[in-house]
Amino acid sequence: MEPVANIGGMELVYKKPHTLTEIPTHYCPGCAHGVVHKILMEVVDEMGIQEETIGVAPVGCSVFAYNYMNIDMQEAAHGRASAVATGIKRVLPNKYVFSYQGDGDLAAIGTGETIHTVNRGENIMILFINNGIYGMTGGQMAPTSLLGMKTTTSPFGREASTMGNPLKITELIAQLPGAYFVTRHAVYNTAAVRKLKKAIEVSFKYQKLNKGTCFIEVVSNCPNGWKMTPVESNQWLEKNMLPFYPLGDIKVPKS
Amino acid sequence: MENEKGTSETRLMKGNEALAEASFRAGMQAYFGYPITPQSEVLEYLAAQAPNHPDVVILQAESELAAINMVHGAAGAGARAMISSSSPGISLMQECLSYMTSAQLPALIVNVQRGGPGLGTIQPSQGDYFQAVKGGGHGDYHLIVLAPASVQEMVDFVFDAFRLSEKYRNPAMILADGALGQMMEKVILPAAGSLPKMDAPWATTGKRHIRERNIITSLFIQPEQMEKLNLILQAKYSQMQKEVRWEEIRTEDAAIVLVAFGLTSRICEKTVDLAREKGLKVGLLRPITLYPFPTNAIAKLAKSAQAFLTVEMNAGQMVEDVRLAVDGKRPVDFYGRMGGMIPSPEEVLVRVESIAEKLHAVPA
Amino acid sequence: MIRGTIIVATDICKACELCITACPQDCLEMSPNLNVKSYHYVQLKNDTCTGCVNCAIVCPDSAITVYRQAKSAT
Repeated sequence: MEPVANIGGMELVYKKPHTLTEIPTHYCPGCAHGVVHKILMEVVDEMGIQEETIGVAPVGCSVFAYNYMNIDMQEAAHGRASAVATGIKRVLPNKYVFSYQGDGDLAAIGTGETIHTVNRGENIMILFINNGIYGMTGGQMAPTSLLGMKTTTSPFGREASTMGNPLKITELIAQLPGAYFVTRHAVYNTAAVRKLKKAIEVSFKYQKLNKGTCFIEVVSNCPNGWKMTPVESNQWLEKNMLPFYPLGDIKVPKS
Repeated sequence: MENEKGTSETRLMKGNEALAEASFRAGMQAYFGYPITPQSEVLEYLAAQAPNHPDVVILQAESELAAINMVHGAAGAGARAMISSSSPGISLMQECLSYMTSAQLPALIVNVQRGGPGLGTIQPSQGDYFQAVKGGGHGDYHLIVLAPASVQEMVDFVFDAFRLSEKYRNPAMILADGALGQMMEKVILPAAGSLPKMDAPWATTGKRHIRERNIITSLFIQPEQMEKLNLILQAKYSQMQKEVRWEEIRTEDAAIVLVAFGLTSRICEKTVDLAREKGLKVGLLRPITLYPFPTNAIAKLAKSAQAFLTVEMNAGQMVEDVRLAVDGKRPVDFYGRMGGMIPSPEEVLVRVESIAEKLHAVPA
Repeated sequence: MIRGTIIVATDICKACELCITACPQDCLEMSPNLNVKSYHYVQLKNDTCTGCVNCAIVCPDSAITVYRQAKSAT
């Protein structure tokens, strides 16, 4: 429903983006997915590219993203979003194409597709939601779970010798010549959200110029999987996730 | 046969290359593949011809897994898309084929079969019959399956498979084998442009303001919705039965009917000749579509013929569908070679003769 | 003088309270009432809202619409 333009002499300054549907999300209270969805659709609104944008959301909590984003979308099998996005972009090179993937999808089962998609420099934007846990299946260990992190499949904490180390795939991706813009963001406070919005906007602009793959990691929370309140989860994120996954640009275009 | 892309022409070509050339002429817009013997010539041919077809997407992916998901994306975006591979590569694609069938995406899948199981051999086989016609991946679904028996059919079935696949919004497979892929034969290549462009109002091409958003998905979390989708699929499979195709050779008076598809049907055709020379009334039924299967045609022959012999390059797969069609009314024997071995017409004849003897031993 | 205000889509709010943390004016609180999904929902507790939009930006459910006193009126 469109909000009224002003009330009692006050004007409307912020509303839900038009390209976000009216369907309430299935996400848990405080989940970062909702914020990233909203910011992504805000950019689509502001750039006026709803008719030209096609999204891909694979298996994971965000597999239902097509319920919330009022754009054409394809659901993909677990790990295959960037391959599906490649197929779309290759046959529709003038459209804006993005994939929206979780850590299990992008950095475990789909690592091969991720690396090769970026290595080919596909002109797509990859949004990588990293909360260090498998949310949808109930809080299992992810490739990006921190050492010592307790999950349902690492109940005594992640241990490097048997479970491997948390994978900094974004740094790895940045090494590839096909990666044009690689950056890490978060949505745990207003300033961070605003920076993410800029990164998404600039990525779409690069895509229009056929510059190569734009890769945006969003370090996110999972209050339910981490067994915390939403507010605690954001505090935990700041204290534990950000030192290991520091925010900022990792690869920026040479000017 | 004039049109904007020229005329039909006759050439001597390898099966894989003829299929590749046919795909251009059938208006294929996107090909994604990965090398595997004995079908690598498809991608090689497409890559070599790519400069003449600047609008066609041709991409060597990092795996068959990635390649089939690229087909998913391209088909979902409304392109006439295809992939080719051989048995182990096709196994890798099964998950996505299940997804594509559920998401109702048309595409052409080519399996130039080799001997298995496992890494197996690069020699021809028909060991993927079950995988091709019974679904192959998880869930209730079928691919439309066409079985060529000549290089000419490697060409013609590209057109047929795209047409059927788009008509039913269901992936279609050409189930060939290593021999058909590698053999050279004279082939008539149809003129380009004969297959109309795919009409895909459901495709994700960007949500126009005049329509609702298009969603390509195989996710139906509510059981009511999932059952509804399944009913839609099953209704399509019922509809598809009318697309069944088969060929019969000298079955009118046949006491023994051979049933064979693809390469083995050519071998059995020779066996029919050899048997007839010996005065044995033998005929051949060749299923051209393996799904839908010519059940009724076989059932009809079960009224006139006395026995059936199914010949395959596997341990006995299609024979199960032949037995279902014959429904216990006549004996159905099986002869097969495995692991890349090709039966000779003479060894099939030995089996035919032993069946004939048994038939004569039974008092009329 | 009231400088800003918000309208909360109360039935969409999931009581995550991230908006309360984000509010620099400390003008938000959880309502003691429950919405249709049995969540408490956020509401204004005083008239110090400046319409800064921070709460709406961090809201994962896009439940907050923000109004601000027009510049010409200030």
